[in-house]
Amino acid sequence: MSTFINPAQAPAIGLSEEQAQLIDIAAGFCRDKSPVDAVRALLEEDTGFNPDIWHEIAELGWLGIGIPETYGGMGLGLGEIVPIVEQMGRHLLTTPYVGTVLAAQAVLRGGTEAQKNDILPKLASGTAATLALCEDHGDWNLSNITCKGSVAGDRVELSGTKYLVSDVHEAAYVIATVAVDGQANLVIIPADALPQNAIRREKIIDETRRAFAIVLDGISLPADALMDARAAADTLAHIELAASLLAAAEMCGGTYSVVDYTLDYLKTRKQFGKLIGGYQSLKHTMVDAHMGYERARAHLYSAAFLVGQQGEGEIAVRMAKAEAEEAFAFAADRAIQFHGGYGFTYDCDAQLYRRRAIWNAALYGDARYHRRKLADLMF
Amino acid sequence: MSTVDENELKEFREQAEAWFGENTPREVDFMLPLTFMEVGTDEQFNFLRDWQNKVYEAGYLGAHWPKEYGGGGLDRAFQDAATKVMSAARTPIMLNAIGLNWTGPLLLDRGTHEEKQKYIKDILSAESIWCQGFSEPDHGSDLGNAQTRAVRDGDEYVINGSKIWTTQGNYADYMILLARTNPDAETKYKGLSFFLAPMKAPGVETVPIRKLTGEYGFTQTFFTDARIPASSLMGQEGEGWIIAMETLEYERGARSGQAGGHVMMLTNPADIIDLAKSAQVNGRPAIEDPALREELVKLMAEARALGLNSRRDKIQPLTQDYPMSLALGSKLSSTDFYQRLNAFAISLQGTRGAYYVDDPSAHDNGIWQRGYLNSFSATIGGGTSQIQRNIIGEHVLGLPKG
Repeated sequence: MSTFINPAQAPAIGLSEEQAQLIDIAAGFCRDKSPVDAVRALLEEDTGFNPDIWHEIAELGWLGIGIPETYGGMGLGLGEIVPIVEQMGRHLLTTPYVGTVLAAQAVLRGGTEAQKNDILPKLASGTAATLALCEDHGDWNLSNITCKGSVAGDRVELSGTKYLVSDVHEAAYVIATVAVDGQANLVIIPADALPQNAIRREKIIDETRRAFAIVLDGISLPADALMDARAAADTLAHIELAASLLAAAEMCGGTYSVVDYTLDYLKTRKQFGKLIGGYQSLKHTMVDAHMGYERARAHLYSAAFLVGQQGEGEIAVRMAKAEAEEAFAFAADRAIQFHGGYGFTYDCDAQLYRRRAIWNAALYGDARYHRRKLADLMF
Repeated sequence: MSTVDENELKEFREQAEAWFGENTPREVDFMLPLTFMEVGTDEQFNFLRDWQNKVYEAGYLGAHWPKEYGGGGLDRAFQDAATKVMSAARTPIMLNAIGLNWTGPLLLDRGTHEEKQKYIKDILSAESIWCQGFSEPDHGSDLGNAQTRAVRDGDEYVINGSKIWTTQGNYADYMILLARTNPDAETKYKGLSFFLAPMKAPGVETVPIRKLTGEYGFTQTFFTDARIPASSLMGQEGEGWIIAMETLEYERGARSGQAGGHVMMLTNPADIIDLAKSAQVNGRPAIEDPALREELVKLMAEARALGLNSRRDKIQPLTQDYPMSLALGSKLSSTDFYQRLNAFAISLQGTRGAYYVDDPSAHDNGIWQRGYLNSFSATIGGGTSQIQRNIIGEHVLGLPKG
């Protein structure tokens, strides 16, 4: 029952059978494969992920979920990928999964037939790929591109630098946005066309991930490495929403876990002869963190439901990203604080989540960015 | 489980739409209460009483309650349909909220046949108005410690003490009264009993209390050797707390359920967008200010989440981690949001936020200003937001009691 507020005008939220099944399957898989000591061990590893887990993910068919059956996938959509990414977010399970899924979405939406036929089946079966979008100006308007592709005959020469590109060394394909004759486009760079000295590992706040800067200068590719120019604007719009949706899923997962982690502490730690979870300032703040999570989750699954829809989908996804960011940042921030002295140490897991939340805000537009767009869409 | 004939239901709904379309009073020259807690003048009271009676006689209130006791004897789906029609048409509210939503369901669930015969029909027709006597001046949140005393004397109980925040107390014929029959019970809860107490009994006095909005609507009730029949006792002595707790469940649609009709007019959060477009802040439309736009987006997202969550509550795989969370959190989230929505609406008005109800320069006749002040009835009453957080923290998150 709602007091004072008319709830009748909420837009849609629903859950497909496949989504419901994937919630359970992904929950079990991620819980088994990614206990926190495994996560911590990987922080020191070069690649930052476990290749055996990556292969298992491929075996499960999860990389093909959003790829049509004609290209070797399952023919479902982003909505079904959401519960998987949410559970991965809960358990800090990191692999090239999201990057590969987004690269597949880009090729599906904006690739030439040849590119789709060549690449999509590989991505569906476990070949990693990644998107190179971010530039020095940090503008998440994806058509604002200073990197260039200069076409001469049947070759295209690239120039400029990309930043914060995930998992470059694992990726068989790096798909980069470049401006060709002043028009936004995407180019598919195969791994063997990337000079090793063009790649520099960046020191990022989220230590579970690996991110790289790539200098594109001097890279020369056949012109058919460019994707379909006519589809570029639509592809970039789709990628922006797909990436925001999956980021929201990951953040919701992280929020759940960091709240849960903190509750465990509050139920076991005693001070002044009492369990500290009984003290109202902690109890009430945890309630607020939990309710922020519940709001974020509502938006997430509404966005997962609506993402294909013109207009409504964009509103739902942008809201989901903004709300998840706020919920995650607040919960993780308080998690550090509420663990007392231990919260200040590297060993307390709260910092893993807080760093993640900062990363997720920095990429694909923060809450303020999305809310500015939402105001223009809604008013 | 009875199966409802979809055609019958459709016909019923269409008839209701037609009836309310024709019969809903449109023009009144006084402020129409938005909730049952805002009934402060005789004019408002009489108007709403007549309206509820009319709705009942037309068959749109208590439609699913037993025919034997004055209800319509239909499936609940019919009353739900009528309630939706009323709400959508923004008809005036049902006056007798405590009777319809607390006393009635309680009696239908655990009252005697005689009690049902005596009270149900008059609840529906608004012949008997009910109020609630739970909170006391010294015991609000700590209701279990209520001290108003009820002492058995022959075939009567003698009541001494005071109840406060009694909505419609000055108009009520009956009070659902939580009083202490045993000060020495093994727990404070076991000393309480539940009474269906006549308000016109000797020794009962009500004094109006003025609300921060300037209006009236509730009272303090003083019992000075007041005498009520022993038959007013519901159940047994010592069952008062359990019965009182049951009445709280009806709000969540438990068991036989409430009589139907709406007891408060719901705000459409989207109305604030219209306000933002028509109001000016420092000479410019409020809707153009980037900071206000961002705040407005946040509020709309929050409103959306409220609606989404009431739907999500029905999708089990999406609530299995915290199954009670959305139900137990809904009062806190909706009332807190309503308060901030109204506060923000005042700020959208810029300088005109300084105006109040009935000034011609006030936006929307000051409804947001009044709405904000009235919003505290919901964040304080029915379990304060702080108590709600204790409940959620303990029952949903499993945190220890303080």
